[in-house]
Amino acid sequence: MFRLEKRPAPSRAWTAATPVLAVLLTMLAGGALFAFLGTDPVAAIRTIFWDPIFGEFAFYYRGQLLVKAAPLILIAIGLSLGFRAGIWNIGAEGQYIIGAISGAALGLAFYPTENRLIFPAMVIAGAFGGWAWAMIPAILRTRFNTNEILVSLMLVYVAEAILASVSSGLLRNPDGMGFPGSRNFSDYPAAHNDFLIESAGVHWGVIAALIAVVFGHVLLNRHLLGFHIRLTGQAPRAARFAGVNPSLLVVVCLGISGALAGLAGLFEVSGPAGQISIDFNSNYGFTAIIVAFLGRLNPIGVMLAGLLMALTYVGGDAAASTLGLPAAAIQLLQGMLLFFLLAVDVLSNYRIRPGKREAA
Amino acid sequence: MRGALLAVDGITKAYPGVIANDHVSFSVAPGEVHALLGENGAGKSTLVKMIYGLVRPDAGAMQWNGAPYAPASPHVARQTGVAMVFQHFSLFEALNVAENVALGMENPPAMRELAGRIRTVSERYGLPLDPNRLVGELSAGERQRVEIIRCLLQEPRLLIMDEPTSVLTPQEVEILFETLKKLSTEGTAILYISHKLEEIRTLCDEATILRQGKVVGTCEPARKSARDLAEMMVGQALNIPTRQTGEPGEVVLEITGLSLASENPFGTALTDVNLTVRAGEVIGIGGVAGNGQDELLGALSGELPGVPTAIRLKGQDIGHLGPGQRRALGLLAAPEERLGHAAAPDMSLTENAALTGTVRERLADRGFMNWRRARSFAEAIIADFDVRTPGPENAARALSGGNLQKFVIGREVLQRPEVLVVNQPTWGVDASAAADIRQALLDLAHKGTAVVCISQDLDELMEISDRFAALNEGRLSAPRPTKGLSVEEIGLMMGGAHGLEAAHVPA
Repeated sequence: MFRLEKRPAPSRAWTAATPVLAVLLTMLAGGALFAFLGTDPVAAIRTIFWDPIFGEFAFYYRGQLLVKAAPLILIAIGLSLGFRAGIWNIGAEGQYIIGAISGAALGLAFYPTENRLIFPAMVIAGAFGGWAWAMIPAILRTRFNTNEILVSLMLVYVAEAILASVSSGLLRNPDGMGFPGSRNFSDYPAAHNDFLIESAGVHWGVIAALIAVVFGHVLLNRHLLGFHIRLTGQAPRAARFAGVNPSLLVVVCLGISGALAGLAGLFEVSGPAGQISIDFNSNYGFTAIIVAFLGRLNPIGVMLAGLLMALTYVGGDAAASTLGLPAAAIQLLQGMLLFFLLAVDVLSNYRIRPGKREAA
Repeated sequence: MRGALLAVDGITKAYPGVIANDHVSFSVAPGEVHALLGENGAGKSTLVKMIYGLVRPDAGAMQWNGAPYAPASPHVARQTGVAMVFQHFSLFEALNVAENVALGMENPPAMRELAGRIRTVSERYGLPLDPNRLVGELSAGERQRVEIIRCLLQEPRLLIMDEPTSVLTPQEVEILFETLKKLSTEGTAILYISHKLEEIRTLCDEATILRQGKVVGTCEPARKSARDLAEMMVGQALNIPTRQTGEPGEVVLEITGLSLASENPFGTALTDVNLTVRAGEVIGIGGVAGNGQDELLGALSGELPGVPTAIRLKGQDIGHLGPGQRRALGLLAAPEERLGHAAAPDMSLTENAALTGTVRERLADRGFMNWRRARSFAEAIIADFDVRTPGPENAARALSGGNLQKFVIGREVLQRPEVLVVNQPTWGVDASAAADIRQALLDLAHKGTAVVCISQDLDELMEISDRFAALNEGRLSAPRPTKGLSVEEIGLMMGGAHGLEAAHVPA
């Protein structure tokens, strides 16, 4: 038998290697799953992981990659700050929806005015909407000591209900002949988040995601607040001794992650999605949780993980259309990624030794 | 070796990265009180765990009355006649004494019979204990009696006691020693683990001294001085802290009517604590663990803020301020728990230096950390306090207890505090590091800092403090000059034997 032995300090080499190992294990287990479903595993894995970047139709897929990755990275950066401090915002999906609705509502209110300030104002409104939605679990936790995991998660379903309501009510396109859904922002240039570089899929959300990565990196490594975030996550008592105010930190971390999720929602709804509709959200808020952990809660890692996760989306779509793989199989693949990542994580803190366990 | 009850021969036990016991041999005769003396980490606990069947040795053999003895479990050890009182109690607070005793027995008799037996044994050995009281209502000393009586009911031939006096007042220690001496005259062998030298000199017939897993000597402790024993234990000459007494300066810290509920449901609330501390003096605060030490440190460090006027620093109300603001004003603290409270285990020493040093050492500029300054601050601590580590980038948890404690104390001392509050500054620290830390506190006081030292080590407090006060159930006694204070007086300040008469044992 084998036994686990705690390392005196976490291994740097394994910390860097475990995400790669997790991806490889996912490919193996995913391949086995696809073979079981009657698809050629090699072709499936190639279609998902290789073709979108280097294949025949890569010119189309490459643009898609950034479009998918940007909201994931934007949200995951915010989440990873909170997760580092042990503050579990599971409701980014809700903050994303409310941010999108707030920003879109502001833009639509000015329709059809053309003014260069409209889009920036929508961006601010989007961030504010996400922030405000995240303040609900933050204040409940600091005032009444409720669990932010449950509250933020349940608020996702409230947000979805609001989305359903406004897309068929308040924000419905008056010229839409009764169909649910708002006006399409591609018909409203002042409020449209258009591609800046169409072939690469770069829109303002991609720029914002890049800025968020730099911001997260600087905050965590160079700023006192980032130091306090890390300290709180690793040793809460030591953090209090250092002078960290735990309630303030909850408010700040939930606020930042809510605002970033709201921004992601606004960029998505005014750009790639185009309109507020009952299902414009694509579970980015939940997938970003996987991205945050896959990236080891490190901003640079989150960026790479976001690109990888976007690849499984784009490649998964391709596999679904060309090989006829069910969508659920792709979701399973994404789930495996997180599963294997958490499983191999043990290697960075423990080493495996052959031998029997100690009797006592 | 005349008729040894237990003979240990060449026992070796290795753990990853450390040899806990390296060919350890010694023997205990019936009725002998045998001390295992050594610093923390010398291998005492591993050794007795092997005798009690909790851990199996890698090599070597043991003999019991001349027959091979290799207990596979504590169950076997108990049947052979070995009993052990652990340093940490395993008692259920919601059950009464008799029920707790029954839980630890192989074949418990009926409750009424057991209660009778507990009374008999407790009277016979001078350990007063009512079998019907709830354990939750007992003091630490009384809880230890429950554990001892649980062992005595098994009529052991060898009783192992692991650091039994760390939770006792001096009066309680005296009662315990009477009991142990009576047991020994009846022929029960006692294996007594401690690093308190005076105790061993009074109580023990023989001593085996361990250092880094090896036996480095045996002696009759009564014939050696405490200093000789310490030097055998440490393996080097010890620097006894020296002090230069200065004139106490003006009052810097005033605590007036400080009351504070504990955040911990099993904690102790502070009740009407009053204390004034002058510049340049060392105040020692003694008391048995769990009488409000953690709460007092939290109240002073700012982790548990309260009423503004309860604490005044140089005339300014600071009772409501948080740790950062108090540091800015010159009130610094070092808590008892090194890993997780005073330091973050997985963070580097540089980051741990910034943990409390950010304010006074100006390690942050408009919110941005200056890691280069933090690193040089960490290097200064490492150099000035002789912290043994490859460098400031190492994680705090990689340091030994003594080295990390030197780092933690050094971090505060180097910030030139007006008032420094420390809790258990030398707990679990080897003797030479402990001496260095005490010297650092004395030097700091000489330079004009007011030092408040909370500790359960009375010898330490007698050595370094000018005035002594004791915490008992969250109340602080009035401080008295340390010079001329007798052990009995100290014991009474600590709450005596918690209301129990020292029963007289007919010899």
